Order: sequence, then C-alpha cells, then structure tokens
Amino acid sequence: MLIQHLSPLASSLFSLEAIATLLLSFVMLGSRWLKNYLYAFAAESWIIAMLSATAAFFGGYPELYGIAALTFFFRGIVLPLLLWRIIRRLEVDREIHAVLQPSSSIVVGALFVVFALAVAFRVAERLNVELPITVLALTVMLSMTLIGFLILSVRHEAMSQVLGLLVLENGIQIGTQILVPGMPLLLELVILFDLLVVVACFGVLVRYLEIHAGTTSILALKRLVG
Amino acid sequence: MNLIGGLALALVLAPLVAALSCLLVRHARACEALNLIASVISLGCALVLTVLVGAPASRLWDDYVVIDRAAVWVILCTSIVYFVASVYAIGYMRLLQEERRLYRFYALFAGFALTTLVAPFMNNIGLYWIAIELTTIVSAFLVAFEREAESMEAAWKYIMVVSAGISLALLGTIVFYWNGSFALGPTYQMTWAALAQVAPKMNRSLLIFSFLLVLVGYGTKVGLAPMHTWLPDAHSESPAPVSAMLSGALLNTAMIGIVRFLAITRAADLGQAPELILVAFGVLSLFVGALFIVRQQGIKRLMAYSSIEHMGVVALGFGFGGPLGIAGALYHMLNHSLNKSLMFFGAGNVMRAYGTRDIEEINGVGGYFPVAGALWLAGAIAITGAPPFGLFLSEFTIMRAGLKPSFSWAVYVMALLLIVIFVGFMNHFRRMYYGPRDEPAPSGAVSAWCAVPMWIVLVPLLVLGLWWPNAMWQYLASTAQSLSGGP
Repeated sequence: MLIQHLSPLASSLFSLEAIATLLLSFVMLGSRWLKNYLYAFAAESWIIAMLSATAAFFGGYPELYGIAALTFFFRGIVLPLLLWRIIRRLEVDREIHAVLQPSSSIVVGALFVVFALAVAFRVAERLNVELPITVLALTVMLSMTLIGFLILSVRHEAMSQVLGLLVLENGIQIGTQILVPGMPLLLELVILFDLLVVVACFGVLVRYLEIHAGTTSILALKRLVG
Repeated sequence: MNLIGGLALALVLAPLVAALSCLLVRHARACEALNLIASVISLGCALVLTVLVGAPASRLWDDYVVIDRAAVWVILCTSIVYFVASVYAIGYMRLLQEERRLYRFYALFAGFALTTLVAPFMNNIGLYWIAIELTTIVSAFLVAFEREAESMEAAWKYIMVVSAGISLALLGTIVFYWNGSFALGPTYQMTWAALAQVAPKMNRSLLIFSFLLVLVGYGTKVGLAPMHTWLPDAHSESPAPVSAMLSGALLNTAMIGIVRFLAITRAADLGQAPELILVAFGVLSLFVGALFIVRQQGIKRLMAYSSIEHMGVVALGFGFGGPLGIAGALYHMLNHSLNKSLMFFGAGNVMRAYGTRDIEEINGVGGYFPVAGALWLAGAIAITGAPPFGLFLSEFTIMRAGLKPSFSWAVYVMALLLIVIFVGFMNHFRRMYYGPRDEPAPSGAVSAWCAVPMWIVLVPLLVLGLWWPNAMWQYLASTAQSLSGGP
C-alpha cells in the first residue's frame, strides 16, 4: 500500500495538503458571502488536484496525474465558473437567513472534526495501522463529509446547498486518494458526474427562476408537505 | 459474445437508440412510436433473458457486466413497467398540451429507462454507483417536466436529498474497497464476487460501518424511512407515466444494490446485525407509510406513501432472509411494479378528469368511469395486500419467512401496520367512489391508450395471485440461493 512506505517528505506533504483542505472548508463554514464560498471551494479543489499529483509522484500511480488534471480543470475551474455565473444571474450575494450563524457553525464544525478524529483513531486501532497519515486521511474524509452535511442543513441559499454537496464529495475524494489510490477509474467518473449534477441543478434553478422571479432560498420550498 | 450477451445488449441499446433518435426527429408522434418500439424490444429481450439465464451467472466484457437471475428479475420488472408506461404515456402526455416539448419528454423517458435497465447489470460496485447517480440526473428533469412551481420544488428536493444520500453510498463503497485492500493489495477488481470472496478476511467492525453507509446511501434512493423525504414529492409531482417508472422500476433497481451488499456481509458471517438493521428500516418505512396513508389528502401522494410501505415490505423480506424471505421479496418486487403502475395510471386518469389532486374533491369515480374506475378499484384492493391478488401471496410468504424467534416481533408489527394501511387506503377509495355526487361531472372519457395498460397489468396480477407457476418458484428459489451469501 502506498501509505505504508512513504518518505517523510511525502507524508508531510500529504498531511499539509489534507489539513489545508480541511481549513478551507472551515472558511466556507465561516463566511456569509457566496463568492467567498466559491473562492474557498475553488482553492480547495486546486489543493486536491495537487494532492493527486503528489500521490501520483510518490506512489507511482501515473493515472493519478490524469485525475489531478481532471480535478483541476473541472472542479477547480469549470464548476466554480458555472456557479459564479449562476450567482451573478441570481443577484444574491449572501446568505440572509442562516439557521446557524457562521461563528456557531464553525464551533459545530470543530466538534465534528473531534468526533471524526475519535472515530478514525478507533478504526486505525482495530485495523492495526497506526500511521498518522491514515488517521489524518480518515479524519479529513469523515469530518468533511459531516461539514458538507452541516452546510446542507444550515444554509438556505440554493447555491450554498450545491456547494455543500461538493464539499462532501471533495472530502470523499481526498480520503480516497490517500487510502486507496488504486481505484482511479471510479474517481475520474465521479468528478465528471459532479459536473452533471451541478448542470442538472442549474437547469432546475433557472427554470425555477422563470416561474418565481426573486428568491432562491430553499425556505420558499414549502408547498409539498405531508 | 453469446446469445445472452447479445440479448442484454439489445435490451439496453433499444432505449438508447430511441432516446437519441427522439432528439433528432423532434416530432411528437414519431417520438411516441420510437419510444414504444424501444419498450417492446426491451420487454421482449427481458422475457427471453428470464427464460434463458441459468442459475450460474454469466460475466461479460472483462467482468464489468454480470447477468445473473437477480439482475434479470429486476430488469424484467423494469421493462414491464417501461412498456406499460410507454403505452400510457401516449394517451396521457397528449392531454398536457405540451406538443412542442414532447420530444424532449420521450428522449428523457427512454434515457431514464436506459439508466434503470443498465444499473442491475453492473458487476463493478463503482459503476453501479455511477449508474444509480445517472438515474437521478435523468429523472430529475422528468420530475420537473411540467414546469409548475411544485414540480420544480420536487425536482430540487429530489436532486439534493438523493445526491447527498448517494454520496454516503460512495463513501461506504470506498471504505468497503479499502477494507478489502488489506487482503488483496492496493488494486483489485471491485466486483461483487471478489468482495464476497474476500469478505471473511475483512475487518468486521469496518465492514459493518461500510454496510451501514451503503444501506443509508442506497436506502435514500429506495425510499426507506427516514430517508424517504424526496419520494412523495417527486412521485406526486411528475407526470403519471414517470411516477410509475420511478416507483415500479427505479426503487427496485436501487434495492438490488443493497441486497448484493447484504450478500457480501452474509459471506463474512457477521451474525444477524446487518439483517436486523435492514429489518428495522423496513418496519420504520411501513410505520411512516401507514401514518401518512391514513391522513393523506393528495391522491398521488397516497400512492407514493404506499410505495414507501411496499419498499419497507421488500426490505423486510430481504432482511428476514432464507429462501422463503428472499424469494418472497423478489416476488413482491414484481407484484409491486405491476400494481403500482396500475395505481399511478388510475390516479393520472382521475386527476386529469377532475382537474384536481385532492382526494376530497374527487367523487363518484365508479359512476362516471365504470370500466377504468373498476380497474383502479381492483388495483387498490390488490395494493393493500388483499386476496386474490399476487401481493397477498408475496406478503404472506415474507411473513412466513419472518416467523423465527429473532424476527417474529417484526412480523406482528408488519401485520398490524398492513391492517391499518388496508383500512386507511380503502377509506380513501370509499370516499372517492361513493361520496356525494354534487360536483359538475368530470370532463372527458378515458382513452384506450390510458385504459389498455391498466388491463395489461391487472390480469397478470390476478393470475399470479391464483396460480403459482412451479417454474417461477424454482427460479426465485435459485435466485435466493445466489443472494444468500457466498461467492
């Protein structure tokens, strides 16, 4: 396995990149402005692309260079551009009715990280792999999944929800690349699929706007109950 | 490539060609015909495959495709629903006055059928995940087809809830793969069989963890409570043929993934934990279904909650396990697919005729529509699990499978909830059929395109309830054997 014989340099690079992505998801949690979300998301995707390249270089998986390129191009450039266009078109700059204020959501996010760390420790203990990098990768994967769900549940602007979904998948991707770099095909396809999901959301949103000019807060979605 | 491979290819290519040519032709009548022809070809291939495919699975195209009896059974359900829904769509979609956009509907409809037909054949767990994700994307546009605010809301919820759920399934898939990589090395084929083989060597707690993630992920798509929240909205707001496909075809397609993962955990000998979790989800789904059926006001939402209920029953069957439980659950899938199509077709007819979706505003259905109304009523009796229809047999089989010390509590709860559902469902139908007829009479008669598919599904439902073909039970028993664990 890749992670079992890593040089100290490689393992510190991995750790640095993984921690940077986690920090960027906190930037997303802590901001009200949709544009800041978007920049943080783009930066996060670039770091993930760098991480793929690192894994390709140190682990000897040339396919991962392809994934790095795909991630950089689609998640780092195309998706943010698409979302940016939607944001401009919608003329919403910021989250107005967040259930949880950004400061409180950072605290909740921190609790999630602690929880993920505890789970990761237990898992690593059971598996008898006590490498710090495994624990770190599991922690980042689980905590970014949880943070993605947190964004999905406390943010009401449609765009934030799409971004929450993407954070969730970024977390899964980063964990996958460190833990199982041997499943490249799936990842490439998943990256492309995110694009499709966002395009689908885009389609629905634009049609929605044709009907109700004005709000894109999901708080308005309450016709269907019971 | 042998005959089976060729048939499977034809089965999948037919809707693909139909979808592409609909986009090219852009003529509503031609697209209707293309889609119908594709559905007939798919149904024909599925029927022949059902007869041809033997107990040993055939794996094709570098092991990426598995054609076994479980997959073929789900495909059979899907292609039957695809066929009847295509016939019904011709009559129903003309009523919507959307002539210019109709070609898009048929292209998407065939595309949706394509994705649901492809998914069960996937032998690679990653590709299966992708196929399921594709079904969501294609069908979201179908849900939003009517372009009303409600349809948009339903489509949005559908995309968000299901995508979030399905990413958990992806996480679970990756943890599964990681768990296997300790025994098989960093790169190996992610096939169902390979994972089942390596399962006994996997770490048990991690295996349960990944199974839970996968169950919650695909369970969202199946509509198991409490992840069902997208289902009533999407099913009630989409056009009736799409509702039939969502309920009768899509839910089974996602269920088969859960069942295959369950088979992997059975190979690892984890005790009863995975089954117990599935049974708990099943009971909760029945409970939620029963609560919302009793107090329901929307006619299609009633049918949607009934889908949640029936997926709960199927989950119970697979959870109880054993040849009886699995065979009963597979049989229930077929019966539910047939019956739920009938119910959505009937609901679509009534909604169009009365111009409302509220149960309270629908009166005297039996008087105004003697034939179509009687068919719908027969379907309602069948869907509650009353004899002499197929669902009675399959529910009864599942209950018998559960009568063992560890699960008997679930059987009693299930029996109680089924009675509640029967009373609630019949009460709604009593109101719609025998309520005061003071309203102005509903407009329009039910066209043959809309009535014939109801006959096509009701007749086999009745036959399967009265007569159990021995060959079918042999077939289901051997499928159950292959799904109960071991490579």
